Amino acid sequence: MRPEAQTPAFEARGLTKIYRMGEVEVPALRGVDLSLYDGEFVVLLGPSGSGKSTLLNILGGLDTPTAGRVRFRDHDLVAAGDRELTRYRREHVGFVFQFYNLVPSLTARENVELGAEISERPIGSEQALAMVGLAERMDHFPSQLSGGEQQRVAIARAVAKNPDVLLCDEPTGALDVTTGKVVLQVLHRVNAELGTTVVIITHNAAIAGMADRVLVMHDGRIARETRNAVKVPPEEIEW
Amino acid sequence: MRPLTRMLLRDLWQAKGQAFAIGLLVAIASAAYLGSTWTYQSLLETQRAYYERYRFPDVFASLRRAPQTLVERVRAIPGVAQAETRVVASASLELPGFDEPATATVVSVPAGAQPDLNRLHLRTGRLPTADDEALVSEGFAEVHRLVPGDELGMVISGNRETVRVVGIALSPEFTYAIRPGDLMPDDAHFGVFWMTRDGLEAAFDMEGAFNDLSVRLSPGAVEEEVIAAVDQLLEPYGGIDAYGRDRQVSHRFLSEEIKQLRSTAIAVPSIFLGVAAFLLSVVLSRLIATQRQQIGTLKALGRSNLEIGWHYASFVGLIVLAGLMGGVGLGFLMGSAFTRIYVQYYRFPFLVLETGLGALFVAALLAFGAAALGVGGSVRRAVKLAPAEAMRPEPPASFKPTTLERVGLGRLVSVPGRMVLRSLERRPLRSALTVLGIAAGVAVVVAGSYSGHALVFLVEFQFGLVQREDLAVSFVDPEPIGALYEIEALPGVHQAEPYRAVATVLRSDQRTYRTPLTGMAPRASLRRVVSDDGQVVTLPPEGVILSRQLARILKVRPGDTLVVEVLEGRRPTRTVRVSGLVDDLVGVSAYMRLDALNALLEEGRVISGAWLEVDPAAEQQLFERLRERPGVAGVTLRSAALESFQRTMEESLGVFNAVLNLLAAIIAAGVVYNAARVALAERERELATLRVIGYTRPEVFRIVVEELAVQVLLAIPIGFVVGRAFALALSAALTSDLFRLPAVLDRASYVSAALVVLASAAAVAGIVWRWMTRLELVSVLKTRE
Repeated sequence: MRPEAQTPAFEARGLTKIYRMGEVEVPALRGVDLSLYDGEFVVLLGPSGSGKSTLLNILGGLDTPTAGRVRFRDHDLVAAGDRELTRYRREHVGFVFQFYNLVPSLTARENVELGAEISERPIGSEQALAMVGLAERMDHFPSQLSGGEQQRVAIARAVAKNPDVLLCDEPTGALDVTTGKVVLQVLHRVNAELGTTVVIITHNAAIAGMADRVLVMHDGRIARETRNAVKVPPEEIEW
Repeated sequence: MRPLTRMLLRDLWQAKGQAFAIGLLVAIASAAYLGSTWTYQSLLETQRAYYERYRFPDVFASLRRAPQTLVERVRAIPGVAQAETRVVASASLELPGFDEPATATVVSVPAGAQPDLNRLHLRTGRLPTADDEALVSEGFAEVHRLVPGDELGMVISGNRETVRVVGIALSPEFTYAIRPGDLMPDDAHFGVFWMTRDGLEAAFDMEGAFNDLSVRLSPGAVEEEVIAAVDQLLEPYGGIDAYGRDRQVSHRFLSEEIKQLRSTAIAVPSIFLGVAAFLLSVVLSRLIATQRQQIGTLKALGRSNLEIGWHYASFVGLIVLAGLMGGVGLGFLMGSAFTRIYVQYYRFPFLVLETGLGALFVAALLAFGAAALGVGGSVRRAVKLAPAEAMRPEPPASFKPTTLERVGLGRLVSVPGRMVLRSLERRPLRSALTVLGIAAGVAVVVAGSYSGHALVFLVEFQFGLVQREDLAVSFVDPEPIGALYEIEALPGVHQAEPYRAVATVLRSDQRTYRTPLTGMAPRASLRRVVSDDGQVVTLPPEGVILSRQLARILKVRPGDTLVVEVLEGRRPTRTVRVSGLVDDLVGVSAYMRLDALNALLEEGRVISGAWLEVDPAAEQQLFERLRERPGVAGVTLRSAALESFQRTMEESLGVFNAVLNLLAAIIAAGVVYNAARVALAERERELATLRVIGYTRPEVFRIVVEELAVQVLLAIPIGFVVGRAFALALSAALTSDLFRLPAVLDRASYVSAALVVLASAAAVAGIVWRWMTRLELVSVLKTRE
């Protein structure tokens, strides 16, 4: 399937973001054009400060650009207010962060239910946990889980909503290689089995091998775009 | 500025909302303590100085009639420093333009000179020199706008005279000018008049004689011995039962009231300090948790434990100090304002303001002591933290399913609901103290409004169930029962019931109590004996019914025998059986059936007066006729007394309740605000996560508010129970032979307590909503905990 034949799910044109820190203006994005297609696995690569997190936040409805247009299907993410952005996140987006952000007072299952509860077409939380390989540890609290396990619960929580897109900000950043690979396998599986669009931002170039498309960001712009003819299976990635 | 000092100031600035709330509680606590202690001390000192300067006597006695020469023998009693005789009588007054009955106690003074004891403070005018001149007590003069030169009619022992006012005066003897048997001063219907000795001697047939004795003791004298000697000396002259200051009505009321201030000085501040200490401990332990790594870094840099401990102690110390300083200022204002109000109310001629440093020292000790109790553990923990361990982030909080879930009810609660319950259960002590703190606010309103409502209940009880007559007529001397029929026949009288009241001393072993013994018709309906549950007591054919409080004083039980020493007529001594007790509320009394009392006294069918139910339209006319009837000592209107009391109560209750509600709101809001602040600080990350997942702002707001709501809703019933317990303790503490406050709580107190606290909680919820809109989603989630 050639994604370019479809209408892009995300379409951004001339995205600019300037942070105002007192008197100083810090540009984070300087005119980004971008299209993302349904079912794609995309890795956004770049050093810290290149603007990749800002771009992810704008795509996820956590932030709005200073200038430019960005649209997800029929949602205009620039004109949307807080209420519409919340609804957009609720219906379409799943987030995975570097530091998991699980609710410590809830068990793995309950953390996942937290996501499933607000979705109109959720995946069962037990199914989501099984998918990330944690069916056995459903009733454990975060304090009883390892870092990798906590991150897999976080993915299950994002996936349980059955989102259209999974946005992952350095999902393996806090993990060692072995557990990091398990997390990448899970993300790969979500993309392959559920058809969820997955966007990972990372400064770890090794991860790029498993993507359909790799976007390299530099100084607030997309500097390079490559397409992997052959994708490396996550278990073969080393760093 | 040293870096640690700067860090201290920034930490304080960061926590300014909470610091302010805690400082405010400390300020209120210390202001309440200082204000009431200083008021208490000032009043005590003013009272002492007043008594001293105006020579308030130590021993009092009234008698029927004794020759003036007897005073020399009184002066010869060992321990007597000064003795003064007087003529004291009661009179009814006729004031132009005032139709209601007014009575006076008339006291003799030497013509144109100050008495040796019970000296008078002249507000205006001069001492009386002629027989028809009088000084009038200030309260009465104010109500009736009497000024020197005014004239009024006075009926003294049946003769009507015109009296000219020559001055307005105060006396330590009548600081509380209360008519015997009344609940409160009633300046409209009762006054004190001072007139020349010669004039009163003539009017009362007391030439060369006296019927009232005042004695001042020399230092070291034993009061009981002097009283016994005076009793012995006066016995042949109809004097028995001399008494000390402890039974002087004005002194008793005044001292009781001053004493009550003392309990306020302790109870209110302890609640506020307790809550402040708890809040400080929460804020500080939270601060130390967030500054864990910082503490480690400081230690790694070589800062000593002492410096670290001092840093956090200063954080608390500065908040308490600021609160204390505010409290001292506020307490001074409160103390002097309250003292001034009381001085005006009691009509002291001057004011001694006491603002002792001792109280200040105690207040500081209490405030810092409470704070130290609250935060000692947290500071110790900060000091003990090993640097390497401190620099590592705190391990994730561990949780477990709540009791509710372990018994299998977890499914009833939503997932966000479980977050709420588990976090409450994870820190049971903190949750419990938060609930208790809010409950304290509820309890303050419930208990605070208790005494006011109880007093209103008391009055409604007394005038609605007990004293139901419109008019009460009393005779100078007992009259045959025929007098009742005569009064009954007057136009406008619907119903008349006779009574016999005889002055007695009741005795059981060594215990005595001076009280009238009242005889009533068996089925009296205008005046009844009613117990506090509303039950009307039927008088038995024989024997006496006593107030339970009187039985307690005399230590007698139903079935026991009492000795009755009659203080009038031939002054016989009899014995009577106690046939029952009644839980009445006002005064202490002894009741018998009229026929049984007449029989006991072997006096035939005589009465002391009558209670009347009258046609309101004819009331005024009837009142005039009765006053003119020979042999009538006084006529009292019930409605007048009731109205003046209710007016006073409503005014003072309004202000008092408003202040209490404000205090309660501050406590509750302080605790809820703090709980919200902490919940939000600890939950910031979770709440941001939920928002990112797609939870709406109202949904996330609900989680925080639900946690607060659980605590507030738990606190309200607990506050009811605690407040009720306070109220009952207050009722027990205020029980005396003057009156008993019933243990009843108005439903309105509960409702307003709940409303005050709910309103404060709602205000805090509003603040929480504002915080919620400022929640920084991205930055929170990107940082490691």
